[in-house]
Amino acid sequence: MLGSFLEGLLSGSILAGTPLLYATLGEVMDERAGIVNLGLEGVMLMGAVAGFTTTVRTGNAVAGVFAAALAGALFNLIFGFLVISRQANQLASGLALMFCGVGLSALVGASSIGSRIKGLDEIAIPLLSDLPLVGPILFRYDILVYLAIPISILVWWTLFYTRWGLSLRAVGENPIAAFAAGKNPYRLQYQALFIAGILGGIAGAHLSLALAKTWAEWMTAGRGFVAVALVIFSKWHPLRAIAGALLFGGAISLQLQMQARGVPVSPFLLDMLPYLLSLAVLAIWGGARRHSAPGSLGRVFRGTE
Amino acid sequence: MEKRKANIRLTFLGVLAVFILVAIFTLAGIAAAQPKLKVGILHIGSVADAGYNQAHAEGVQIMKKNLPGVEVIEVENVPEGADAERVMENMIKQGAKLIIPASFGYLDPALKVAKKYPDVKFEHPGGYKLAPNLGTYWASTPEAFYLMGIAAGKTTKTNKLGYVVALPISFFLANVNAFHLGVQSVNPKAETRVVFTGTFLDPGKEATATNALLDQGIDAIGVIVDSPITVVQAAEKRGAYSVGYHYIGAQKFAPKGWISGVAFTWGELYTRFAKQVMDGTWKSESLLGDLSSDYLAIAPFGPAVPPEAIGLIKTRKQEFTSGKLNVFQGPIKDNKGVERVKSGEVFPMTNLGKMDWLVEGVMGQAK
Repeated sequence: MLGSFLEGLLSGSILAGTPLLYATLGEVMDERAGIVNLGLEGVMLMGAVAGFTTTVRTGNAVAGVFAAALAGALFNLIFGFLVISRQANQLASGLALMFCGVGLSALVGASSIGSRIKGLDEIAIPLLSDLPLVGPILFRYDILVYLAIPISILVWWTLFYTRWGLSLRAVGENPIAAFAAGKNPYRLQYQALFIAGILGGIAGAHLSLALAKTWAEWMTAGRGFVAVALVIFSKWHPLRAIAGALLFGGAISLQLQMQARGVPVSPFLLDMLPYLLSLAVLAIWGGARRHSAPGSLGRVFRGTE
Repeated sequence: MEKRKANIRLTFLGVLAVFILVAIFTLAGIAAAQPKLKVGILHIGSVADAGYNQAHAEGVQIMKKNLPGVEVIEVENVPEGADAERVMENMIKQGAKLIIPASFGYLDPALKVAKKYPDVKFEHPGGYKLAPNLGTYWASTPEAFYLMGIAAGKTTKTNKLGYVVALPISFFLANVNAFHLGVQSVNPKAETRVVFTGTFLDPGKEATATNALLDQGIDAIGVIVDSPITVVQAAEKRGAYSVGYHYIGAQKFAPKGWISGVAFTWGELYTRFAKQVMDGTWKSESLLGDLSSDYLAIAPFGPAVPPEAIGLIKTRKQEFTSGKLNVFQGPIKDNKGVERVKSGEVFPMTNLGKMDWLVEGVMGQAK
């Protein structure tokens, strides 16, 4: 009984947490370059709709994932043009991008609503998936779930163990110093936004191609904003983002599991659970003991003259 | 020189005459082609959602087919509030004489616009207010849900059934209660579990909720959210049965596991509304249909439903429409053990708005 509960909870957490993890990684990338992107919700929606419509047209969900990544990246570059080249306010531009994404994705997806797709195939890893207990929980998912943690590690390694990552973090901390050291902050920020867009697009694709296998207007339902909060929660660190996404996905899954098991608690209260849990963790964990936000987060680099 | 001027003048007059003639013929043409009635309909979501909105949209399509002279202005994704008012006024400016604001939340905007344009008629679904030029229509669904319960109770193999519901609103609770009473009437051992997602549209959460129910060994699952696609598909994928709501054609999302569904078929009703507006017999009234109406239907049964269940459903339907059988016939206890309907009494259908409890055998929290 308890075993089946944990099994359901864990697989539910992994599935609900995966789109959050990709989105959080994208936002970490944005913010490490010094850019707050409140438009992530819009980027995810563009990814979700591009992935779904492409899958409907081609019948190939993997093609859908690539289309989602590309759509997310291009859409995030629009944001880049506003905040990097036009030096517009990041918060205002981000919100504008979000609403633009909501509308544009609804327009693009209108003809695909109600279409049936097979979605991303589940891949059972031979031998491992037949293990008792953990087998079906850990080794029977779609490809994006398996790739989520390797990609988190890749993002972490890129940010902290490559020259490019060092330069990018330097831009996020102090673009003037990075500029003085011979780096081009604009180019690095564009590159970071491109990668972040890919990740945000994939986050949307997981929602429309694997989790729900359908497209509906504004189907992200606020997950883009949750990811922005998860970045703070994970202190701008890609590996801690894994824990954050799993925890939040777990809280969503837990409250639905509790209802399905008939736990006598008000559904309204249970619906608050993910947010209560976040508050509790923040209260226990506390604020940053060491300054962890990128130093120039949200500031516009206007050159050095 | 003089001659040339005269020529120009003549040409000018000629061109003018042609223009006037063309204008007259065009206007006459427009007048001749003018539709007998323009109907405006507002949707809260997309008309291809295989759910609430598609049911209304197909109703309008059938009306158009029945009455070729009627022209339709259809707008999707209209937010409730000031936007809805603007869209309705715009439709009226385009000549609409009948407006169908097809969402519960359009009621107040519609009342405002109705007051401003007394010669335009409004028909609002599921509302509780009337105006001289605003009527309301809906169908009482518990009886239909009871029949779904019979089908699901006869089809389930694990004797565990589930419902994914948007919010614990009284009418939804009544539907789930009726469903379970139907289940119980054929399968007393069975239990029904309810999960509320807290929203009418979040496919990701609906998928997670469906999986959570299926993890509990549930093998038949119903859905009350705007679009049944996610839940019905997720159930099908894991080999479970499903019961739909709103739209009659949702079976294509679960060809194997589909049991049936409670569906609204608004076509003939909308045709009557349009006819009444055209011949001036339209009255503002509160219309509440039931299984005997032509706008509440049972969707076609899926292959898994045993034939004896289908026969029984026909009998029960007859008993409901003839008044021999009542869904909420006492004694009924709620799932906390409190007696809600005394033996020999019937919970009145007009009181459904006050139902804030779940019947015994349903696992879930009503508030």
